[in-house]
Amino acid sequence: MTTATLPVYTKKDFQTDQEIRWCPGCGDYAILSAVQMVFADLGIPREKFVIISGIGCSSRFPYYMNTFGFHTIHGRAPAVATGLKIVRPDLEVWVATGDGDSLSIGGNHTIHMLRRNVGLKVLLFNNKIYGLTKGQYSPTSEVGKKTKSTPFGTTDRPFNPISLAIGSEATFVARSVDVFQAHLKDTLKKAAAHKGSAYVEILQNCNIFNDGAWETVTEKEARSENIVMLEHGKPLIFGKNRDKGIRLNGLDLEIVQLGNGITEKDLLVHDEKHPRAAYAFLLAHMEHRPGFPTPIGVFRSWSDVPRYEDLINDQIREVQAKRGKGDLAKLLRSGDTWELKT
Amino acid sequence: MALTTIDIPKRKREIIENAVIRFCGDSGDGMQITGSQFTNTVALYGNDLATFPDFPAEIRAPAGTLPGVSGFQVHFSSSDVYTPGDSVDVLIAMNPAALKMNLADLKTNGILIVNLDDFQPNDLRKAQIVTNPLEDHSLDGYRVFAVELTKLTRAALKDLGLDAKSMDRCKNFFALGMCYWLYNRSMEPTHGWLEEKFKSKQQLVQANKLAMKAGYSYCEATEAFQISYEIPPAKLAPGVYRNISGNAALALGFVAASQKAGIPLFLGSYPITPASDILHELSMYKDFGVITFQAEDEIAAITSAIGAAYAGALGITSTSGPGMALKTEALGLAVAVELPLVICDIQRGGPSTGLPTKTEQADLLQALFGRNSEAPIPVVAPSSPGDCFWIALEASRIAIKHMVPVIILSDGYLANGAEPWKVPTIDELPEIPVHFETNPEGFLPYRRDPITLSRPWAVPGTPGLEHRIGGIEKQDVTGNIDYEPLNHEHMVRLRAAKVESVANDIPPVVPEGDQSGDLLIIAWGSTHGPITAALNAQREKGRSIGHVHLRHLNPLPRNLGEVIKRYKKVLVPEMNMGQLLMILRAKYLVDAQGYNKIQGKPFKTSEIENKIEQMLGFAPLTSPEDDFDEQAGE
Repeated sequence: MTTATLPVYTKKDFQTDQEIRWCPGCGDYAILSAVQMVFADLGIPREKFVIISGIGCSSRFPYYMNTFGFHTIHGRAPAVATGLKIVRPDLEVWVATGDGDSLSIGGNHTIHMLRRNVGLKVLLFNNKIYGLTKGQYSPTSEVGKKTKSTPFGTTDRPFNPISLAIGSEATFVARSVDVFQAHLKDTLKKAAAHKGSAYVEILQNCNIFNDGAWETVTEKEARSENIVMLEHGKPLIFGKNRDKGIRLNGLDLEIVQLGNGITEKDLLVHDEKHPRAAYAFLLAHMEHRPGFPTPIGVFRSWSDVPRYEDLINDQIREVQAKRGKGDLAKLLRSGDTWELKT
Repeated sequence: MALTTIDIPKRKREIIENAVIRFCGDSGDGMQITGSQFTNTVALYGNDLATFPDFPAEIRAPAGTLPGVSGFQVHFSSSDVYTPGDSVDVLIAMNPAALKMNLADLKTNGILIVNLDDFQPNDLRKAQIVTNPLEDHSLDGYRVFAVELTKLTRAALKDLGLDAKSMDRCKNFFALGMCYWLYNRSMEPTHGWLEEKFKSKQQLVQANKLAMKAGYSYCEATEAFQISYEIPPAKLAPGVYRNISGNAALALGFVAASQKAGIPLFLGSYPITPASDILHELSMYKDFGVITFQAEDEIAAITSAIGAAYAGALGITSTSGPGMALKTEALGLAVAVELPLVICDIQRGGPSTGLPTKTEQADLLQALFGRNSEAPIPVVAPSSPGDCFWIALEASRIAIKHMVPVIILSDGYLANGAEPWKVPTIDELPEIPVHFETNPEGFLPYRRDPITLSRPWAVPGTPGLEHRIGGIEKQDVTGNIDYEPLNHEHMVRLRAAKVESVANDIPPVVPEGDQSGDLLIIAWGSTHGPITAALNAQREKGRSIGHVHLRHLNPLPRNLGEVIKRYKKVLVPEMNMGQLLMILRAKYLVDAQGYNKIQGKPFKTSEIENKIEQMLGFAPLTSPEDDFDEQAGE
C-alpha cells in the first residue's frame, strides 16, 4: 500500500499572473483571497479544482484562480458545471456567480441544480446591483431603490437567495460576508466538506454602484445589533450586550429580552440538521421583519441526500453489472435482422 | 359495393414489382403500430422499402375528427426504393375522417378498405361529410371493400372475455391480417412481436393474434379479393440488414462514435418533437456507459453538453428548430472555447411552434449563421434514415479532430421514416482518434495544430495543465483575455480558417447520373429519395442530368464550383424558400433556379420530374403555386 502525500499549498499557489480587473475597493478581492487560502488548506491536488462562472463582475473570478477555470455565458454556469460533474464526479467544481447571474438570468439553472443536489459549491456574490452593466437594479435590490434603470425607484419585490435555495430543497445553505474573513473561510470550508450542492451567499459590497449595500451588517457599531450568528447547537443570541434572543412561538419567531426570568434555555437552539426545511425558512425570513437581525452562518446542512452525479453513475454501473458492458457489434445487429446472401 | 362476390374458380396471384400501402385512422386506432408491423414483416422478407409516418401534433384529438387522423405509409418493392411513394395502391381508412383526409392520394382503381361499422351518420358528421361516400358513387373509381371491421373483430374475440373497448382496440390487427393475405405475407414476425410486447398480458397476445388471423381468414373465406399479390425480395447488396428510423440510426451512430473514440457519450437534451426519440434511444444504452441528461431547458441541454465536452466526453445535444433558437448563445460559446460538440437539429415546420410533426428544411441558414458575430460552425446533413448513422460518426469525427461544434441537420421525415439498413461491421466504422493533452511542458491552451488548427483538449484533473478558458476574446496561443483590435481580427480569421480546413477531409463530389450536361440538381438532406427516383426516370427518357447531394453544407466540398460549370442549368429543390440556393448563388455566382415546397410534406417524385421537364423545355412552365399536386383534405 502506498501512502498518498497530501500536497502542501499556500495561497500563492492559487494566484495567477493575470491583471485583476475589479475596481479598487471591491468586495470581490476579499472573497478571492479567502477562496485562495481555503483551497490551499483543503489538501486537494490543485488540478482537481475547477471554477465555472457565468457573466458579471464576480464571474471574472476563474481568471484569477490558478486552477482549471471556465468563464461561460450569462446564467449558465450551473448547467455547464452539472455536465462536467456528471462526467467527472471526482473533481472539486465551484461555481462563481452573482445576484443577477444566479437569480435572474440563471434562476432556472440555480433551482434545478439545487433540487438535483449536484455536488457543486456555489459562491453567490450578492451586492444587490448590476455592476458590470454599470448600475441597474438586480433581483436582490430592495424595493424603491433608485438606480440607472429605475430613476423613480424599483417596484420589484426582491428575492431572498436563502429562501429560494431552501425552497429548491438545497442541502447546504449558508451566508457569510466579504469582510468577515474568518467567518467566510470557515463557511467555505464547511461548504467544501459538504457532498451535495452547497449554496453560499456572500454579502458583498460594490463600492462604485451600491456602496454600503450591507452597511447595517458590516458597520462595526451597528453590526452586533443587526446580525445574529447561526451556530449549530447554540442559542440564537444577539445585541451589543448579547442580551437579546430569538424564541420560538408556535410556528413563528419572536425577539425576547434576556433577563426578567427569560434565560438562554428559553431560546431557539440552532439546528442546521433540522429535519424540516420550514425551520431554515423561518430563519431566512427574519431579516425582512422590523427589529429582527440578519442571520449569518449555516442555515441548513443535510448530508443524507445522495449526489446527483453519483446516482447517474451508479445507475450505469448497475446496468453494466446486470447486462455486462455493451458490445457494439451486437448492438448494431440488435432488433429484427435478416441476412441477404450473394 | 364489392362485398358481394362472384365465384371465381381459382383466385389469381399476381407477381408485381412494388406496392404502396397507407394505413390511416384515428390517433387511437393504432395506425403507427399497424404500419410498423407491416413494414417489419416486408423488411424481414427482403423487400426494399421506405416509410412515411404522418401523425398529428395533438396527442389525441377528439375521436373521429379530421385533426385526429394519423397515417402510416409504406412503399415496398423488389427493386430499389427511394421514396415512400407519391400515391398509394392500397388505402386502409378506419373511419370517414381518415377517408376524407387521404382519398386524394389513392390511385385510380386502387384498393380501398374501410371500416363499414364506422360510417354511421354520427361518424360522418364528425368528419364533416354530408353524404355517405359509400353510397353516393364518389368512390366509383376505386375497388372498395367496406368491411364490418368492428363487428367481425368482436365476433372473433367473443370467447376471450374481453370488454367491448378492449376488443375494438384489436380491429387494426384485423385490417393488418387482411393486408398480410393481400400481399401473401406470413403473420409470424408479428406474432413474435406481440409475444415480446405483451409478455405479461397473454390475453392481449391472444386477442391480437386472433383478430389478425380473422382478418386473414376473412379474405380467404369470403373471396372478397379476387387477387392477391406477390412482391419478391429485392436484390440488395449482400449482408445483414435491419429496418431503422433516422432518429434510431443517429443514436446508434453516436454510440458507435463514442466507442470508436474511446470516450464516454453525454447527451444533454430537452424533449421536443421530432427529436425526442434520440433521447429515448440513448437513454437505453447505459451498458455502453452512455449518460443521458434530461435538462431543465434547451439552454441547459447544450451547456451541460459543453461542460461534458470540457470534461473529455463526446458532448451531444438534440433538438428541433425552436430549441436551436434557444441554444444559439451557447453555440457561440462552444465556438469561442473551441470544444468538440455535436448538435442535432431535427427540423420541423416553422416559424415558432409551426408544424411540430411535419417536415421542413428551413433551418439551414439558422445553422449556418444563427449566432451573434462571426461564429462559423461545420454543418452536415444525412440523406436517408440509414445515413443518419454515418452522419453521426462524421459529425463526431469532425468535432473531435477540429475541436469545434458541429451541427447535424436532419428533419422530421428522416427522423420518423424508416428503411432497410445494411448493418456495418466494426471494421467498416471510421477511426476517431482522440488525443488528450497531458504534457505540461510548454502547454498553452490555444497553441494550435498547424494542419487542423485545433487547440489541445486539456481536461480538468490533468496535473500541470491548469488554465482558464471562456467566451471572452482571448489571445491566440496563451488564451489570456485580449481586446486588442488586431488580435480580434486574427482570432476571427483563425476560427473561420479552422472550419474551412474541415474541407481537407471532404471527398470531392461526384454527381449521380451524368457527369456533365444539360441540368445539375443540387440538393441536401431528405430530398435525396424523390430526386434520385426522378433522376433515374428522366435519364431513362434520355435526358442529360446530374445530381449532387451535399452531405457537407459547411464547408462545401472544394470541387463543387468546378462541377457546377459542367452543366448548362442548375436546379436546387428544397423544402424551404431557397436557402441553399442563396448560398450557391452567392458563393459560385451561378444562375441556379430554386424549386421550393413548404407544405410540411416531402417532395413527390412526379413533382421533381415535372420541374426537370420544365427546366429542360419539355413541359410548360407554371407558377410556383401550381407546381404541386392538389393535397388531400383540408
